[in-house]
Amino acid sequence: MSYLGDVATLARKDLRLELRARDTLPAMLLFVVSTLVVFHFALPEGADEVAAQGLLWVALVFTALLGLARAWAPERESGALEGLVLAPCDRSAIWLGKAAAVFAFLSAVELVALPAFALFFGSVDAATVAGVVLASIGICAVGTLLAAMAAASRTRELVLPLLFLPLAIPLVVGGVGASVSSEPARYLAFLALYDAIFSILCWASFEYVVSE
Amino acid sequence: MSTSSPSSSTSKSAVPALAALAAALVGIAIAFAFYVAPEDADQGISQRIFYFHVPIALTAYACFAWGAVKGLLLLWRKDERYDLESYVAIHQGTIFGSLTLLTGSIWAKASWGHWWLWSENQLVLFLVLFLFYSAYFMLRFSIEEGPRRANISAVYALFGVVLIPVSFLAIRLAENIIHPTVFTRDGPQMSGVMFLTFCIAWLAMSVLAYALYRLELLGKRLDSNLRELRELLT
Amino acid sequence: MIGPEGALQSVVEARKLEKRYGSKRALRPVDLALERGGVLVVTGANGSGKTTLLRLVAGLAAPTRGTLEVRADRAELGYLGHEGFLYRELTAVENLDLYGRLYHVPERRERIGMLLERFGLWQARTERAGAYSRGMLQRLALCRTLLHEPALLVLDEPFTALDAEGAGLLDTQLAELRGERTIVLSTHNPERVAQLATARLALT
Repeated sequence: MSYLGDVATLARKDLRLELRARDTLPAMLLFVVSTLVVFHFALPEGADEVAAQGLLWVALVFTALLGLARAWAPERESGALEGLVLAPCDRSAIWLGKAAAVFAFLSAVELVALPAFALFFGSVDAATVAGVVLASIGICAVGTLLAAMAAASRTRELVLPLLFLPLAIPLVVGGVGASVSSEPARYLAFLALYDAIFSILCWASFEYVVSE
Repeated sequence: MSTSSPSSSTSKSAVPALAALAAALVGIAIAFAFYVAPEDADQGISQRIFYFHVPIALTAYACFAWGAVKGLLLLWRKDERYDLESYVAIHQGTIFGSLTLLTGSIWAKASWGHWWLWSENQLVLFLVLFLFYSAYFMLRFSIEEGPRRANISAVYALFGVVLIPVSFLAIRLAENIIHPTVFTRDGPQMSGVMFLTFCIAWLAMSVLAYALYRLELLGKRLDSNLRELRELLT
Repeated sequence: MIGPEGALQSVVEARKLEKRYGSKRALRPVDLALERGGVLVVTGANGSGKTTLLRLVAGLAAPTRGTLEVRADRAELGYLGHEGFLYRELTAVENLDLYGRLYHVPERRERIGMLLERFGLWQARTERAGAYSRGMLQRLALCRTLLHEPALLVLDEPFTALDAEGAGLLDTQLAELRGERTIVLSTHNPERVAQLATARLALT
């Protein structure tokens, strides 16, 4: 299946680029830990654990934004996006490869963020972890496409958060619900639904975002 | 890809007629809402606002859906004409969306004493949509005019329309974690006259939106034709 | 390409081709027909639309008015633009390997090696593209363009930044390909490619 081969080639390229440059991932790691520390000071005395759970999601969404802002940077530097668009591969493979790489980076960050959160604020249960994984899929799928839209804009750093946050709201609801509610399955199912719907939409529409 | 803009005499003359019809219907709707419909003992002024709030909300949804349809047509048929139609529809949708928030807020103050209620799912949904479609304009005006901008705007419009049900579901789910005690507001039991008033208001808002849509579209097309002519002459 | 009646079909055919961005005119209406194996040299002052025309032919832009037929799909097309499409952090070999995989180039390694040698980049093949000079980047971009042996080459000012040696290498390469491949190229220096050209288009 050359489609998956193309996706793998592209994802591998992004992983290799990040391993060489080593700029985005360390920044995201530092950012998420700093944010959690800020939250400790932002939470008033006696605030319950439930409120803190919400803050985990704020940290994750904004850390993801940091990473997404850089997602297409290598392509922008050299105009390579047009090179990829000209290649015979399906344009959706470009999106999928990039989203997969971003997911890998975000997961690496979460591997640090979750234990840090557990350390600072209290335990993290299985439902929370499942929520984080499912929400990350949505964040990466939608975020990667929106980042490509923003890349076409004059004000790309400004416009990406504006595009991303309204679409991230359902993910935050799903994630916080999974952590906090007594019926996490409902929220996890919702996250899976979001992922499915928006992934299909992204997959089908990416072609139009990068071509005339 | 063609750019012919059919400013035929039929579509131009339709606009004044539409505007007149819209004005008439809005007048009738206001008359019905404030004078003809029976006053609800509990709610008073908030009941009157409600006759407009829901139709305005429904009209906003319709505008966003229309914008998405035009966007889809643009991506499918690759006719530049659909870009402007999609944009104008979304513009109208945003205006009506803002009015939804405004009338909703007034209604909330009149009914519950607060200018904002997180428990009002419709209001919260419109807030999210307002943010989403505001970003549409930020995006659109920061990209150079051309097919790329048209494509991106169209894709974003499609995302919006998918977001509507997904957000609504999310907000419903959020109720359980944010407000464990659910406010159930019993919708007004609509009597015959009330229902008629509601329908008239809905019709009025729809025609108003369509009239504004056609008016803005006409204006923008004239503008773009003028610029094109100017370019050709230099 | 031979058509049904045995007549030679054009690889690139345009009629009243026009491109506008909003109300801004990027390319005035243009007609052209390029047969297989032909070499079209496009000239014109800055802003006359050379790059726009080439982008249209390559499929990176869509026509606003008029018709454009390019009888070559993406796998058969090689485009060289103002930007090299090369990743700074990847080495020359890695860049070419990436594109080689995407274009499903057979005997990828051998082909990459051969091209790098031909353009004098073999010694620097394991260096990051970011460390390359402008001239070397242009040579590497040429390697990338030719990697998959495209039937239609679209080259936007390919001699840019090349030193005498590089330009000579490109001359040789173009002379070799002429007749076998169809070439559309734009240049500020038409005398250089005068011998090659089978058709000329001057944009205003």
